[in-house]
Amino acid sequence: MSDNAILYSALAILGLPLLSYVLIFFFGKKLPRQGDFIGVGLMGIAQLLAIRIFIAFWKIGDPSYRVEKAFTWLDLGGFRIDAGILVDGMTAVMLMVVCIVSFLVHLYSVGYMHGDRRYARYFAFLGFFTFSMMGIVLANNLFFLYMFWELVGLSSYLLIGFFFHKHSAANANKKAFLTNRVGDWGFWLGILAFFTATGTLNYFELFAHVHAGTIKGALLGWAGVALFLGCVGKSAQMPLHIWLPDAMEGPTPVSALIHAATMVAAGVYMVARLAPLFGADAMMVILYVGAITAFITSTIALVKTDIKRVLAFSTLSQLGYMVMALGAGDPTNAMFHLTTHAMFKALLFLGAGSVIHAVHSQEMGDMGGLRKKMPITFVTFLVATLALSGVPFFAGFYSKDGILGSTLAFGMTSGHYVPFILGITAAAITPFYMFRLVFRTFFGKPQIQEKYDHAHESPLSMTIPLMTLGVLSIIAAGWQTADKGWFAKFAAPYDVPAISAEFNIESTGDHLVVHDEHAQAGHDAETSVEAAHGDEHGADDTHGEEAHGEHHDVAHTAHVRAMVMSISMALLGITLSWWVYYRKKVNTGALQKKFHGAYTVLQGMYFFDELYHATVYPFTLWVASVCAAFDRIVIDGIVNGTGYLTRMVSWISGLIDNYFVDGAVNGVAAVLQGAGEGFRRIQTGRIQTYLAYVSASVLILVLVYRVL
Amino acid sequence: MNVGLPHFLTISAALFALGLFAVMSRRNAIGILMGVELMLNASNINFVAFSRYVQHGIDGQIMAAFVIVLAAAEAAVALAIVLAMFRNFGTVHADTVQSLKR
Repeated sequence: MSDNAILYSALAILGLPLLSYVLIFFFGKKLPRQGDFIGVGLMGIAQLLAIRIFIAFWKIGDPSYRVEKAFTWLDLGGFRIDAGILVDGMTAVMLMVVCIVSFLVHLYSVGYMHGDRRYARYFAFLGFFTFSMMGIVLANNLFFLYMFWELVGLSSYLLIGFFFHKHSAANANKKAFLTNRVGDWGFWLGILAFFTATGTLNYFELFAHVHAGTIKGALLGWAGVALFLGCVGKSAQMPLHIWLPDAMEGPTPVSALIHAATMVAAGVYMVARLAPLFGADAMMVILYVGAITAFITSTIALVKTDIKRVLAFSTLSQLGYMVMALGAGDPTNAMFHLTTHAMFKALLFLGAGSVIHAVHSQEMGDMGGLRKKMPITFVTFLVATLALSGVPFFAGFYSKDGILGSTLAFGMTSGHYVPFILGITAAAITPFYMFRLVFRTFFGKPQIQEKYDHAHESPLSMTIPLMTLGVLSIIAAGWQTADKGWFAKFAAPYDVPAISAEFNIESTGDHLVVHDEHAQAGHDAETSVEAAHGDEHGADDTHGEEAHGEHHDVAHTAHVRAMVMSISMALLGITLSWWVYYRKKVNTGALQKKFHGAYTVLQGMYFFDELYHATVYPFTLWVASVCAAFDRIVIDGIVNGTGYLTRMVSWISGLIDNYFVDGAVNGVAAVLQGAGEGFRRIQTGRIQTYLAYVSASVLILVLVYRVL
Repeated sequence: MNVGLPHFLTISAALFALGLFAVMSRRNAIGILMGVELMLNASNINFVAFSRYVQHGIDGQIMAAFVIVLAAAEAAVALAIVLAMFRNFGTVHADTVQSLKR
């Protein structure tokens, strides 16, 4: 596949969902089946194109290979913004992931949303969302990334609030939008910081600038943290994670598409894409934020009984993993986990949707024993659960293991063990709550007989996506050893110079291969690529063998240890869950009473909402009241003052008009009238009088002439 | 007594003044017309007198002949106007004909 073919395919992938949006939005009501076949069909084409690009990059097999095309979009003298697309391995994977999930969700929605009053509008919004997401994936500069970033925020707002007649949904989309605003504010500040310091917005030019040290030190650190704030908002990391559980108010396929598989991954993708822009300080922030998120949100999932909420918190936890990997300097495994997670989390959500469709409830308490009624949903759900739990031979195992391995390796080289400990604990909690969900939903006796009797397997349009994703959840990681998956063909680890310098490490083993990505961004691309490859291979063979070997050992040891630990944690979690929820050997009600405090905290989600309600809320109100007072006193004062002044001036102007202007006009008229009155007397109409005047005049003239 | 230019001019002036007085004081349009004739004749005397005493040519006499012709034409037109006036207004009094004034 030539470069041009790749470019045009990528453009088509960007354009097709937009076309779907426009067609369905404007003509949906008039089309047969309200135009759902357009959405599904166009996404199907987009998916085929994405697969073609994916295969092309698979054949190329070089993660640093990239196709970039840009044209000037805005030129204001020294300020230039390009519009361009960039396709490389990471993009190819991301396109593939988004297209697959989006296509399957489109297909699934045909069954799930059947009969909804705003069916066409729903498909239009799905297309719009996919378009925005593709924009994020394909952008080649920060400005366009930001633009599509906001569009994704908008489409997420529209889809979360799709059932806007429900009060909770209307509130949830506002909450999501406003929370994201905070993150986007930071993101924009970060973009401005980088732009001010370097004068460019293009990714690879920025990398070169960072590499050359144009922007460094505290500014780089803070700018990185600011950029990361965008990820914190969009990927729902710790302080700003509160919107995601509420976002479950949207239709379930939307939860699968946006709030599990793709949109929330945008933050992770952004940080992975821009990894070289984050200095060591920013990396530490990212690492800890990710680790804390992964741990805390997994504990909340333990006590939630709404199945979508459990999945939401598990999503938060897995996003925390990805961010943690980014912080540990391992964007490759972060992206790898993003990919596998997208498959099984979409599957979990769609499976949950299938269950909800069947029993018309989201509470675990209303379910039970559904295994027999919904065999396809059950099997696929179980596969996804195994993948998420990190059971070997399922996709999630490899990627999660890779993340834990590099976090441990980072801990071993830098001494920061806390993130690994939090991560591995979450790795034990995850299978526990996931199997709790499975056991309580699909096993045991039906809790409510009526609902059980009513339950049925979903239609084919819903089960086909489930089965497809089920297969993908198994094979997405391939069968290679965990730390050398197929993924290395697509996402090259960036050399992150700042973090390497900080901890005096060349690389953390196989994941952080020194790779001269930045030199390639320079002008002599060809030679430096060769040099880079030479270095890479040379490091294995001759120079620096000792140092590299040592790090390789660290990484290898870390990975072996992490793998052993994560497998045992997964088994531990599953066994415990089986013991508690299948065999019912433990009285959970008594446990709840015994650990009442902890239970309340978890059920209350660590009271983040309450915290914000107690702090941000009054603060916002206070700011608003100050603004209102300012508005009332200063702005209104100015406006009213201006009004008063205008009135005075008008009054004076009126006086002048009445007395001077009108006076002049009337005066002229009066003078003329007076003159007319006078001259009228002269004009008697008698010819003799005139003759007398003429004679008198002649006489006078003659006399005057004589006198003079 | 040697008759000279001043005598002619004095008679002419008197005649002119009489004509003017007639024009100004008469109500009857015929009277006014007659006054005009007097004034024209006064000017004729002036022409002839100046021609005789000052210029010593016949230019004045020729001019006087022109004036006489003109006076005849004028009288014809004026009398026609007076007739038309009488026909329309039933009077020859100039001061009662005032329709243009309104």
